[in-house]
Amino acid sequence: MQVYLPIAEMSVNALLVLGMGWLVGFLSGMFGVGGGFLMTPLLIFIGVPPAIAVGTQANQLVAASVSGVLAHWRRGNVDVKLGVVMLGGGVVGTAVGVWIFGILQRLGQIDIAITLSYVFFLGTIGGMMLVESSRAILRRRAPTAKRGKLHRHIWLHGLPFKMRFQRSKLYISALLPAGIGAVGGMLVAIMGIGGGFLLVPAMIYLLNMPAGLVAGTSLFQIIFTTAAATLLQAATNQTVDAMLALLLLIGGVIGAQFGTRAGTRLRGETARMALSMIVVAVALKLAWDLFSRPDDLYTLTMGLR
Amino acid sequence: MAGLRILTKRRPMKRRLVQAAAALAGLLLGGTVAATVWAQQLVADLSSHLIAITTGFTGTEVVLFGTTDGAGDVAIVVTGPRSPATVRRKQRVAGMWMNTDSLRFDQVPSFYTVAVSRPLDQLVGRPALERHQLGLPQLQLPAESTLPPEELAAYRSALIRNKQRQGLYAISMGQVAFLGERLFRTNIYFPANVPTGLYNVEALLIRDGEVVSAQTTPLVVSKIGFSAEVSDFARNRPVVYGVAAVLGAIAAGWAAGAAFRRV
Repeated sequence: MQVYLPIAEMSVNALLVLGMGWLVGFLSGMFGVGGGFLMTPLLIFIGVPPAIAVGTQANQLVAASVSGVLAHWRRGNVDVKLGVVMLGGGVVGTAVGVWIFGILQRLGQIDIAITLSYVFFLGTIGGMMLVESSRAILRRRAPTAKRGKLHRHIWLHGLPFKMRFQRSKLYISALLPAGIGAVGGMLVAIMGIGGGFLLVPAMIYLLNMPAGLVAGTSLFQIIFTTAAATLLQAATNQTVDAMLALLLLIGGVIGAQFGTRAGTRLRGETARMALSMIVVAVALKLAWDLFSRPDDLYTLTMGLR
Repeated sequence: MAGLRILTKRRPMKRRLVQAAAALAGLLLGGTVAATVWAQQLVADLSSHLIAITTGFTGTEVVLFGTTDGAGDVAIVVTGPRSPATVRRKQRVAGMWMNTDSLRFDQVPSFYTVAVSRPLDQLVGRPALERHQLGLPQLQLPAESTLPPEELAAYRSALIRNKQRQGLYAISMGQVAFLGERLFRTNIYFPANVPTGLYNVEALLIRDGEVVSAQTTPLVVSKIGFSAEVSDFARNRPVVYGVAAVLGAIAAGWAAGAAFRRV
């Protein structure tokens, strides 16, 4: 069944897009990440222009994170105060990101900027996760390893504007969560991802937040940064395809339900290991495309852009 | 004014069709006047003057048919609306392939295809080919540049190659079939990614190596229905469209979360 996408101005197979949404939804339900980092490359792979893939993906993530937060909210796993502070930085980061996106688009460098940031972030985070999870698995086999200190103090914790976050039992500089939020917001705008895979480790390792609150709180602020990104991408770059977002959404919501159930059967470090392997594989594939000679050295863009 | 607004809001699709039809009627009239100058040696028409891109659009075929006043060959040139285009060239920078140089062309047809009853080189001489932009080598693609000719040619052929890959410039020429001596027809295929706008379909009658008659018929490619409304909305009121997209997504996410609550 073919469906015409009005903004992308192309016809796609609806079942294929639904299936992609399902697959990414399944993985995100299983691993508790947004899955945007998989969806954007998949969309580009089926021929959706990268700019539209990014803008539309932001829209789809709004829905995905709303339904995700609902589940965490019911269990009381959302630190609203911390989320709002992150959000303050997140909105600034998103606005800067959309602005950079527009400039890069006019310069004709947006494709390489998207790919490069993917390779960099996915490679770094995926690699770190891979090392961490394989260590955890080894530790499980050799349970004599020492327990580290609960809180390590680094220079980041000496920043001004200290605030108390009762829910997370933290007394830290507000600049820290705001800064993390700002980086997340820029990722939403430039890469079309929620940035959960970056926010979650940053909240665990930099903020020392209780692990149970991390997913819900990061999703809470992702709702707002993705909403801001959707709005700004639609208003300035006109790259949000509502039809495509709807198809991804339907597939994703259903897939996430199956994924969540499958995820309960996985051990934490095994799940992290599997996820990091997928992340690293995507990064390697994108890096390969970047460094191998393209079939045609010339590309064509119609219109003024 | 208020009444009109309500009317257009309620029936935007009908309004679009009426607009398209009005535009067509005007163009058809103009085309007929031009054709009479050529003393009706060639008459051609399309099976449809409007290609409607609906949500289920997967490409379509339009039949061009016509008649001549005697023996001769026929060539058909279909040209889409012209717009600026940029061709970018990748080079290796620090091991990565990235866009380094670019060239802007001013008037690039979004679509171009030719159909002939006999191979072109047997039909007409070079001057006539160039005058009517018959065949890809003769297509005029002006560019502002001071590049050496061989670079310019590389950009030009890259533009054509990219268009051919998208299926918007024909790789080989179509066939105009004669039924008897005077009646001819050809099928023109438009792929799913056909750009919207006003197309020009030019039918040429060729005798003894000269173009003796020509007729131009307009063809409108337009988004109709839901896809038209979405793209109009996104283009004309981008902020409202963005808000609607966000609200829709929040509602969908909420509904999904609620629906699967007990599962």
